[in-house]
Amino acid sequence: MPDSTATAAGTLAEKAKAALSQVEARPGVPKPDPILVADHVKRSFGGLTAVNVEHVEIQRGAITALIGPNGAGKTTFFNLITGFDDANEGTWTFNGRQVAGMAPYRLARIGMVRTFQLTKALSRMTVIDNMRLGAKHQTGERFFAAIFPFLWSSQEKTIDERSLALLRRFNLHEKVKDFAGSLSGGQRKLLEMARALMADPELIMLDEPMAGVNPALKQSLLGHIKSMREEGTTVLFVEHDMDMVHDISDWVIVMAQGAVIAEGPPDAVMKDQAVIDAYLGAHHDAQLTESGEALTEGGS
Amino acid sequence: MDWGFVLTQTMTQAIGVTAIIYCLAAIGLNVQFGYAGLLNFGQVAFVAAGSYAVGVIVLTFDLSLWLAILVGIIVATLLALLLGIPTLRLRADYLAIVTIAASELFRLSVRSIAFKDVLGGAQGLNGKLGQQFHDTNPLPADFESLPVLSWTRQDLWVVIVGWILVAAVTVLVWLLVRSPWGRVVKGIREDEDAVVSLGKNVFVYKLQALILGGVIGALGGIVWAVAKQSVQPDTFQPDFTFFAYTILLLGGAARVFGPIVGAIIFWFLLAGTGEFLGQAIQAGWIDFLAPTDVGNIRFVLMGAGLIALMVFRPQGIFGDRKELALDAR
Repeated sequence: MPDSTATAAGTLAEKAKAALSQVEARPGVPKPDPILVADHVKRSFGGLTAVNVEHVEIQRGAITALIGPNGAGKTTFFNLITGFDDANEGTWTFNGRQVAGMAPYRLARIGMVRTFQLTKALSRMTVIDNMRLGAKHQTGERFFAAIFPFLWSSQEKTIDERSLALLRRFNLHEKVKDFAGSLSGGQRKLLEMARALMADPELIMLDEPMAGVNPALKQSLLGHIKSMREEGTTVLFVEHDMDMVHDISDWVIVMAQGAVIAEGPPDAVMKDQAVIDAYLGAHHDAQLTESGEALTEGGS
Repeated sequence: MDWGFVLTQTMTQAIGVTAIIYCLAAIGLNVQFGYAGLLNFGQVAFVAAGSYAVGVIVLTFDLSLWLAILVGIIVATLLALLLGIPTLRLRADYLAIVTIAASELFRLSVRSIAFKDVLGGAQGLNGKLGQQFHDTNPLPADFESLPVLSWTRQDLWVVIVGWILVAAVTVLVWLLVRSPWGRVVKGIREDEDAVVSLGKNVFVYKLQALILGGVIGALGGIVWAVAKQSVQPDTFQPDFTFFAYTILLLGGAARVFGPIVGAIIFWFLLAGTGEFLGQAIQAGWIDFLAPTDVGNIRFVLMGAGLIALMVFRPQGIFGDRKELALDAR
């Protein structure tokens, strides 16, 4: 399966890699075709500065991973950019348009759609209704139009077809009529991802898509994320799992203590001393105690 | 012991004017709480707004009842905007606090001496409030009473139109909740942030649901004023709202027919226990209760019944227990 996608996919994935190959690996580096550019984004909670990003750009059409140790401010940064939290200062543009301070639902409408770390499946609604909700520009969602089904029934049919096609792709087509709350944790992740795609995102922002997902499902999620890139969707995701980051991302941005400390292609970033220090501590291989020494010797 | 009398009285109340008023209030709550997840604990304020619109327009200003109905709907809309705009951006519990406070504020304001000239103070507004409606009564002038149900000619006309109104409102709610609009609203009940992340303006939907539910409640108030030909500020106590919630949960929240069946059963049980106890005391079957205790005892029994309902059938009559359990995550 990986082989077939690699050959069929080829073009866009390679294009994304090629576009980024000439980019220098340093924090805040400009990209050839950025979809999202953020400047001086700052958020503090009381005395704690959770996010303090000087400058960061996200390349269009690529899969960018945002990594960093716990408490690095990744999710807070996500919340700020998508409008779910208010930044203390800073500006950011999406497709060249100033969007700082825009309401989150409007950001979603112009193509910046996110998912959540704690999966938000709408439990007491069916899987298909979850999907239908994702579709944009629905006439039937207007109060007075809703009363007259003939105004929206044909649009509803198109939405149904799209929903079913996506559910089939995400292997949820047998669950169409089930309540979303009856799905397993992994299936909910899939549903949330499929639902986000219903909203036609230009930039999809996945907050820890792999958290709490078993290894087999992880592989299929990886495939789905790659296929998003193949369809021209830009992907930005937060992740802890380094193997996964290494496997699928074209570019990696590392945050620690609220700031971007490193950027680059996955291989380069993982060898970066600043990244290793941020994850493991600057003195992680220094001896701390005599007993530690003894243990190492005993072990070898 | 007159079983026929107990049955007649019970049935008359179970599908009578009071049941209709509570049914409309509960349908409004169903839109707000059942579908949109908005905890409105001040539904009685919307009912009062409808009643007072009739009282003030017809009695104080001597204008048409039909205008009063329109005014009632407008006032309920404004009240919903007033309560909703500052609170709907906040978490659900804030709406609950604000609405219960606002409903008491509304009652205490309308009964105050300051507005006595317009709103009638603590005595309220009494007079021929519904005359224009009662003039349309097509029932024969020599109408006595139905075989089992002891309504007057006037009451029967209110009951007929009232249930037609309930049916019309139910159809409207049914059309709305099965539409994409209803889908968004149910999504908001489940998880607001998820719906925002899909590009829906959640605030506007919540406001729409609050207004719709409030206007339906106000229709109940209009029926009340027309049927009883009087508006009394102290009938709009917070317990009205809680009875309406009881009705909603009894029938099953987020079920189109929940409030109708809930209202009928609620008043059947409440009136039935009252009539039965009254008759039983008169017949000497029960000697440890005085006739004056009956009114309170029936609420004690009702409360016990409600607890039993929550333990054995928390989803109500029409609800789906499996669906309810999903909420536990």
